[in-house]
Amino acid sequence: MEDELRVVIGPNGAGKTTLLDLICGKTKPTQGSVRFKGQELTGLIDYQITRAGIGRKFQTPSIYQDLTVFENLEISYPEKRSVIGSLFFQCTSEISEKIHTVAGQIFLLEEIDTKAGLLSHGEKQWLEIGLLLMQDPDLMLLDEPVAGMSARERDLTAELLGTISNGRAVVLIEHDMAFVEKIAHTVTVLHQGKLLAEGSMEDVQKDARVIEVYLGN
Amino acid sequence: MKEVGAKGRHQNNTGAGMTLAAWLDRFAVVILAALILVVLPILLDTFRLGLAAKYLCFAFPAVGIVLVWGYGGILSLGQGAFFGLGSYMMAMFLKLESAADAGSSSGTALAAFFGTAGLPDFMAWNSVEELPWWWEPFHHIWFTIPAIILIPAFVAFVLGYANFRRRVSGVYFAIVTLAVSAILAIVIIGQQGLTGGINGITDFKTFLGMDLDTDGAKLIMYYITAVLLIVILLAARFVLKSRLGRVLVAIRDSDDRVRYTGYDPAMFQAFIFSVAALFSAIGGAMFTIQIGLASPALVGIVPSIEMVIYAAVGGRLSLIGAVYGAFLVNFAKTFFSENFVEYWIYFIGGLFVVIVMFLPSGLAGIMTHLRGRSRREANNR
Repeated sequence: MEDELRVVIGPNGAGKTTLLDLICGKTKPTQGSVRFKGQELTGLIDYQITRAGIGRKFQTPSIYQDLTVFENLEISYPEKRSVIGSLFFQCTSEISEKIHTVAGQIFLLEEIDTKAGLLSHGEKQWLEIGLLLMQDPDLMLLDEPVAGMSARERDLTAELLGTISNGRAVVLIEHDMAFVEKIAHTVTVLHQGKLLAEGSMEDVQKDARVIEVYLGN
Repeated sequence: MKEVGAKGRHQNNTGAGMTLAAWLDRFAVVILAALILVVLPILLDTFRLGLAAKYLCFAFPAVGIVLVWGYGGILSLGQGAFFGLGSYMMAMFLKLESAADAGSSSGTALAAFFGTAGLPDFMAWNSVEELPWWWEPFHHIWFTIPAIILIPAFVAFVLGYANFRRRVSGVYFAIVTLAVSAILAIVIIGQQGLTGGINGITDFKTFLGMDLDTDGAKLIMYYITAVLLIVILLAARFVLKSRLGRVLVAIRDSDDRVRYTGYDPAMFQAFIFSVAALFSAIGGAMFTIQIGLASPALVGIVPSIEMVIYAAVGGRLSLIGAVYGAFLVNFAKTFFSENFVEYWIYFIGGLFVVIVMFLPSGLAGIMTHLRGRSRREANNR
């Protein structure tokens, strides 16, 4: 749902990453269907699904190490992505402005000319979120965006995630419960590949099945 | 000899003005153009200029390899196949022109003897009585030139896309390209009546009426080759500086991430593979005009690997380096064939090992190192 930030939680092996893989086309389902805005996604290839408006952030930061922050963001601008188009793509001042805006949002304005490979782990996570922001997807899939981040970085990321769910839907996988509590609009709990419970953070935390399986004795 | 890549926003000059090395870098293409268009023709006699022309032709596939291997990350060990396609297509045109020429001695004598006017001599010798249908269009220059430009590139695109779509890349694709060049060489050698077999196609007299044996014709052909080389260098630069160039680097870096940014890597890789094939084909065609020969010895595995070595010696990320690499290695080859024929293979193998182990950035890497050193010295003054 638009403007919704849904967090998917569950024990290891519950199928959280697989869920994201199925949506964005990394894995093909053996049966069933995946629908997005009325469109069936299971027949499409990864880059087609991306062009349909879905953005994916991976568990280990997946960015272009040899390109600078600016170039990383520029290449994610969702126009002229065909071979011929890319030959004649010009980075206009408008696009350049957008890149600077996004860089500011992801706290990397100062590092904008640094090669991405030289960024810290947390900064790489932010950059990857920035790549998605440039793409401006209708559905954003984030896999453990704060893994490996310091407490301060988590706070900043929570702020960031708060703003980016405006005008789009965000589905996020996380293990850090304190973080989840701070940002989630709704929570989905998966267990062994199946849906266990769904609802607000409060509802889920009170759910007996969830406590038994995940939130713990 | 600079690495072409997206530069980002910062300048790389010091406030003290550019050093000589940096200046050389900026104007690398101009310097090369001056060398091959002005300096060499003045300094060299006709025979040596002919050698230079040959070296220039080998620079074409080398530049293509910089694009497809250095930037695309795709090792192609089959550029000889595309060089050969361009070479043979031009040879067919030249041979038909030769055979049709009633005034040329080889044309009339053979036609009289075998009763096969207009047929290339080797076909007559092989009892091929009729010109094969696929030779027919090469009577015309307006077919031959577009064919040279389009057919190898198209074949490369289809072959490349079919493989890259299925994520066949790296070593596996290199083997595919090896196989392609080997197969083409074998087919050419086997079909003696249709392709001239192991002797290739030779004995051309004229090109569009111009006598190829005269010094004037050789000079004109040299200039055409040199200008074409500059043109493809500029085209290659344009490609690398564009978004397409950055996407290629991105694909090399992270194939997965590129897909989820909405790009189809297979298309981009197929495109650059196709561009490399185009360059090789043009080189092959110019080679045939100037050296007067199309031969399977330039089509198979060994010549294909040599072409990769030209690019490696120059520095596989350097377009200009590839030209110098082609010149240097071929010059060494000429020297060796004059003095130490048997040792050429060992030399080239040894050279490849040395480059890969100690000088992975080739000549361009040495230039960059010198530039860095001279800049540091300038800063310390």
